[in-house]
Amino acid sequence: MKFSAYALLKNALTGSVWPEQWSSPEPRASYDVVIVGAGGHGLATAYYLASEHGIRNVAVLEKGWLGGGNTGRNTTIIRSNYLWEESQKLYEHAVKLWEGLSQELNYNVMYSPRGVMMLAHTLHDVQSAKRHIHANRLGGIDNEWLTPEQAQAFCPILNVGPNIRYPVLGAALQRRGGTARHDAVAWGYARAASKRGVHIIQNCEVTGIRRAPSGEVIGVETGKGFIGAKRVGVVAAGHTSVLMGMADVRMPLESYPLQALVSEPVKPVMPCVVMSNTVHAYMSQSDKGELVIGAGTDAYTSYSQTGGLHISAHTLDAICELFPVVRRMKMLRNWGGIVDVTPDRSPIIGKTPVEGLFVNCGWGTGGFKATPGSGHVFAHTLATGEPYAINAPFTLDRFLTGRLIDEAAAAAVAH
Amino acid sequence: MSSAYRLPHATCIDYTKPLRFTFDGKSYQGFHGDTVASALLAQGVHLMGRSFKYHRPRGVMAAGAEEPNALLDVSRGGGRSVPNLRATQVELYDGLVVKSQNRFPSLRFDVGAINDLLAPLFGAGFYYKTFMGPRKAWAHLYEPVIRHAAGLGHAPSKPDPDTYANQFAHCDVLIVGGGAAGLAAALSAGRSGARVIVADEQAQWGGGLLAERGVEIDGQPVQAWLAQTVRALQAMPHVRLLSRTTAFGYFQQNFIGLVERLTDHLAHPPQGQPRERLWQVRAKRVILATGAIERPLVFSGNDRPGVMLAGAARQFLNRYGALVGKSVLVFTADDAAYQAAIDLAQAGATVMAIVDLRENPQGPGIEAARALSLPVLTSHVVIETFGRLRINAAALGRIGPDGDVTPVKIEQCDALLMSGGFTPSVHLFSQSRGKLHYDADRQIFVPGISAQQECSIGAAKGTFALQESVQEGFAAGAEAAEQAGFKSQTIAPSRVRHDVPSCAGFSGAVPRPKGQRAGKAFVDFQNDVKVTDIISATQEGFKSIEHVKRYTTTGMATDQGKTSNMNALAVAADALGRTIPDVGLTTFRMPYTPVTFGSIAGLARGDLFDPVRKTPIHGWAQHHGALFEDVGLWKRAHYFPQKGESLHQAVLRECRTVRSKAGLFDASTLGKIEIVGPDAAEFLNRLYTNAWSKLAVGRCRYGVMLNEQGFVMDDGVIGRLADERFHVTTTTTGAPRVLAHMEDYLQTEFPELDVWLTSTTEQWAVIAVQGPLARQILQPFVTDIDLSPDAMPHMSVRTGHICGVETRLFRVSFTGELGFEVNVPSGQGRMVWEALWAEAEKHGACAYGTEAMHVLRAEKGFIIVGQDTDGTVTPADLGMDWVIGQTKPDFVGKRSLVRADMRKADRPQFVGLQTHDPHFVPDEGAQVVAVAEPATGSAALGFVTSAYDSATLGRSIALALVANGRARKGETVYLTRLDGQALPATIVDPVFYDKEGARLHA
Amino acid sequence: MLLIDCPHCGPRPELEFRYGGEAHVARPAEPATVDDAQWMAFLYLRSNPKGLHFERWRHMSGCGRFFNCARDTVSDKILKTYPAGQARPSLEALGLAPVDHEVRA
Repeated sequence: MKFSAYALLKNALTGSVWPEQWSSPEPRASYDVVIVGAGGHGLATAYYLASEHGIRNVAVLEKGWLGGGNTGRNTTIIRSNYLWEESQKLYEHAVKLWEGLSQELNYNVMYSPRGVMMLAHTLHDVQSAKRHIHANRLGGIDNEWLTPEQAQAFCPILNVGPNIRYPVLGAALQRRGGTARHDAVAWGYARAASKRGVHIIQNCEVTGIRRAPSGEVIGVETGKGFIGAKRVGVVAAGHTSVLMGMADVRMPLESYPLQALVSEPVKPVMPCVVMSNTVHAYMSQSDKGELVIGAGTDAYTSYSQTGGLHISAHTLDAICELFPVVRRMKMLRNWGGIVDVTPDRSPIIGKTPVEGLFVNCGWGTGGFKATPGSGHVFAHTLATGEPYAINAPFTLDRFLTGRLIDEAAAAAVAH
Repeated sequence: MSSAYRLPHATCIDYTKPLRFTFDGKSYQGFHGDTVASALLAQGVHLMGRSFKYHRPRGVMAAGAEEPNALLDVSRGGGRSVPNLRATQVELYDGLVVKSQNRFPSLRFDVGAINDLLAPLFGAGFYYKTFMGPRKAWAHLYEPVIRHAAGLGHAPSKPDPDTYANQFAHCDVLIVGGGAAGLAAALSAGRSGARVIVADEQAQWGGGLLAERGVEIDGQPVQAWLAQTVRALQAMPHVRLLSRTTAFGYFQQNFIGLVERLTDHLAHPPQGQPRERLWQVRAKRVILATGAIERPLVFSGNDRPGVMLAGAARQFLNRYGALVGKSVLVFTADDAAYQAAIDLAQAGATVMAIVDLRENPQGPGIEAARALSLPVLTSHVVIETFGRLRINAAALGRIGPDGDVTPVKIEQCDALLMSGGFTPSVHLFSQSRGKLHYDADRQIFVPGISAQQECSIGAAKGTFALQESVQEGFAAGAEAAEQAGFKSQTIAPSRVRHDVPSCAGFSGAVPRPKGQRAGKAFVDFQNDVKVTDIISATQEGFKSIEHVKRYTTTGMATDQGKTSNMNALAVAADALGRTIPDVGLTTFRMPYTPVTFGSIAGLARGDLFDPVRKTPIHGWAQHHGALFEDVGLWKRAHYFPQKGESLHQAVLRECRTVRSKAGLFDASTLGKIEIVGPDAAEFLNRLYTNAWSKLAVGRCRYGVMLNEQGFVMDDGVIGRLADERFHVTTTTTGAPRVLAHMEDYLQTEFPELDVWLTSTTEQWAVIAVQGPLARQILQPFVTDIDLSPDAMPHMSVRTGHICGVETRLFRVSFTGELGFEVNVPSGQGRMVWEALWAEAEKHGACAYGTEAMHVLRAEKGFIIVGQDTDGTVTPADLGMDWVIGQTKPDFVGKRSLVRADMRKADRPQFVGLQTHDPHFVPDEGAQVVAVAEPATGSAALGFVTSAYDSATLGRSIALALVANGRARKGETVYLTRLDGQALPATIVDPVFYDKEGARLHA
Repeated sequence: MLLIDCPHCGPRPELEFRYGGEAHVARPAEPATVDDAQWMAFLYLRSNPKGLHFERWRHMSGCGRFFNCARDTVSDKILKTYPAGQARPSLEALGLAPVDHEVRA
């Protein structure tokens, strides 16, 4: 059934039951493609396999409930104002898809281009911000420089005065950046994929990756038995190392807890997304009214989905500095996800040394924004066996040759 | 007693202290000890809020932290406002101003209530199904409307003037909860001599005991036992009692976060008193005596003002002397509500009926109710309620033997007290990662296997009877103390009489007549989640409880599902045809109740947000008008404007003065590390790219440090003071990183090297004296070092004295002029600076800041790590092959440099740029492109790393990293501007001034 | 916040320490002699296990020394800390049954 205002009205008047948004089938003996991980990236991959490549004999296997990992735990920031050309193309590809995603999926994912403003607090930050702006504009990505006064006009509760430890010297604004509703992205892709015949199999943990004597992948062992597959795509975020280990592939990844928190809901007070790398925090406001707050990962590798209070405390220090009116607001809920971090903070999307085994991982703290683009290029890779032009640079091999795509180093402070 | 609903006896009210407060502008009276909820109820006011989605009128439902409905805004003016406070927890003080929220224009007439009529449209997840077209309409049309309608209260509009304190504490036993079980535990642990902290969220000790009246403990009336117990604890110096203190988070290794509220209950908080205090407690043992929360029953109209939890009505009566109604109906599936009925009846209310879901309830409570002739209807349910802003009647039904419900009658009432039994508060236990156990008989989750050094007692453990609770408390306190190393005494078991404990319960939707829709039977009151929403979510495929929660938003309101989670779970389990433990609980996350950002952030604001590092010369610079920039934690003098000068003018002048005469520069922030030991030179060989063994004592060398990936991470001049002693300098912000990097290799990779590393950054003030007159300025103060060019050539270091003070004098230059860097002990830094300054002034020299320093070095093509490099640059990229000790077999980063991509011809290379327009100073960060009008999406050749207006050269200069740049010298490239143009420049050598270095060696 | 038992100073709060990544990743004695793949493994490949992890910490605000730590990355429980340079403790020494570890890793 197509979702629309008319459908809602009809349902309200007749009191009829909405159909299931996705089916919950028993697994077949084998599939053309098995995707491990039913987060946003995995479901998007399945959707594009079915919708763009005509490959519908696809299963997405999920250990828990779909969308229950980082997709449902992140702070939903979307932007494409990255420094390196490779990153720009990847994230901009995603933003372009975000712009029409609700219509494409017939599911309101609430993409809201409310503007992402990244603050500069030191002269070094200003240089770095301007470098990003120049690079973005050349790449066809909107990004503009705001004076402190302009920054405050864009976000009135931002403190641009001199009475903070690191006064705001300006900001880089990407107006097309913004937020979306994280759960809806997973559900929307799940519904659209399921409608096209994709099997989404929840509560189905992969416990092994089976390879033929000649080395290539032939399927996966699961809690529901062996499932054959011509190709397997691992899209398991924080658990990628563990899964790839089942095929004896060691990964340049470490898994860290990433915490986020929300305040109690209040009436609109925060019109955009504000990020600060120097004081280390970011904040937006959800449609529900909660202030959504995050920062960097915890310090040590962990799969525990919880973090230390001192990490949240540091984040709130920064938020209260930047937005002194929120100091009396209250933290309602704090949670953690497990993010997989590569040495250059850029993802790995493509082939692995094992024939038939593909991986899409290493999104670190920023994977949500890439969801549609990531799924789109990975679907291409799984369908054709070769990377799409956009994900071609994001190989595992780059760590061998040294051709890193280091967004973190580029923002590094020294001098 | 001005109101018919205020009674003269209560455990928490001081009737001698009447107070006035306003609610939505209207003045009311209450007493010291009241909460806003109790004071309003005592005035007959039930309507206190509007729900989130449907704006339905709501009254108070609970009496504590679990309250979902009565949320208020409390304002003291001047930035001191707080939204979303629960009326049941806001303590009254004279002059308190509270307002209701989420209504317009008023609480009684709220236009938002239109949503209630349109409710069929607004089922679970409706917003995912519409608002999709046209493309931009969501962000520009629908979303602003939804945002405006959403949210509850208003955020404060002014900065918070209050302060917050932070305290770390250690103890042997931390007890959370100061009810019967917790206090008993405290008593037995305290008697052993253990250091005990007891925290309770309420203002008064006793928890549920405060609402008890007829109970006896050890022959004493309950309130007397309570007072005596608290007195005994207060007399123990090693027991700390923290009231108004919420334990909100249970972290690893018995680390607990508590927030103590210090001033919110005071009419006139003392000046300077922190508003709240964050306690971060590490406890050897934790005892969780967190009690239990009563469950609402889920039936149509269960949210009408006047419908509340039976236990809450009892608390309002016995603690606060507030009668919640005169003709009350009780609807229960548990015994405890009988005691509420009895207490209210004895206080003068008419109990219209006790409607019991159960077929044949037995027990002392039921007997007592029958003895008082209270009408008890077993196998009955409430099927609907009536009344707009307050309940005035309820429809009852009978459950037949086949389970069918038949409507029987309508009963008038002005309050309906409901009880579905009690849910143990396992929030903290669950946060501690303990595993819950499902007690199928009682349909509750109770603590199962502990993951940390803790135990749960009392109602939190599912022990509802007072006698057993107290007993568990005594035992747990003693055991915890013993485990913490103390010897405990046994406390004689208590005897409790006249207790009517909870013994049963019900979760999920109450049975209703066949064919009747579930109607407005609310599960999550604040978020307006009904039974039908949960059922439809399961029908739509949301079969995991986490999906149900997210799709319907049940349990996601400010109460985090304290009253709703079990009911939601039961409804979902029923709809899915599965058992409750099979469907499973959602995760309990911190905080238990919302915690103020300020209390967590504490003192970290303004200058205390991060330490401020200042050099010994900072005060002088400030006095001389310097403006400062933040560089890492340091404040550095950026420039020294003279009267009326802009940054640009000041820097031009400073640069000209240094080149023509001389300048003084405060370089104290440079990182300094002393490397000492027999293997010091070998250690440097391995950590820096250069070769160090042959560096003569008294000589310096510029060193480059790589990370193991082969990228430049730091640089600096290193002087050899003795065979086994080097003075290493680093970049300002790199110092800690460099030392950590060195320690890492020394301790873990090269432990065989005999070397000591010491940070000496803070030990030495550094004064750079640069310019042709530098020697003249220094000479008068230096007695024991020969400064002549032959005796002390460029890149040498001497020890001696200046102004009578010990110095390490470096002849080095970051400006390209004759230059010295005078290291003196920090304590003497300012004195030496002032002496040199007096001399410098005579020569017409200036003090210059970091901006002029940047320009001067750029004119010479000297890099700044972090500005001209970005963590992706190799020495070869910088044209610095000469820093690589080619004969060394290894140094950190060397192996990485021979990987394929590190040797490619098209890597970025460090070059100079000469703009064709000499007045055009490109942005630092401008992209270098091959054509004047680059196509969007075309690749850049590189970017400008540094760019300045050079006074010396009378034109702009720029440095850049350009692909294969050195081979492109002479080529014209274009530099992007933010106005969309790209202007031409020629690629040149990065050294713009004094290429031969004659001035350096003067 | 973890409570970490520094082998030199005793138990201290996590705030005093800095995490140092996986332990027992030895730098090749002669880096020039290893091939690119081996060098990549040293630089970047980490076991990142779900379960028992051997890792380095440095007592930054204490003795300044690096030491090693065996921690369960699922529960964050610290099983043992030991000085840098010491061999990895056996599973028995950590109180773990061998099978435990295999299942987790």
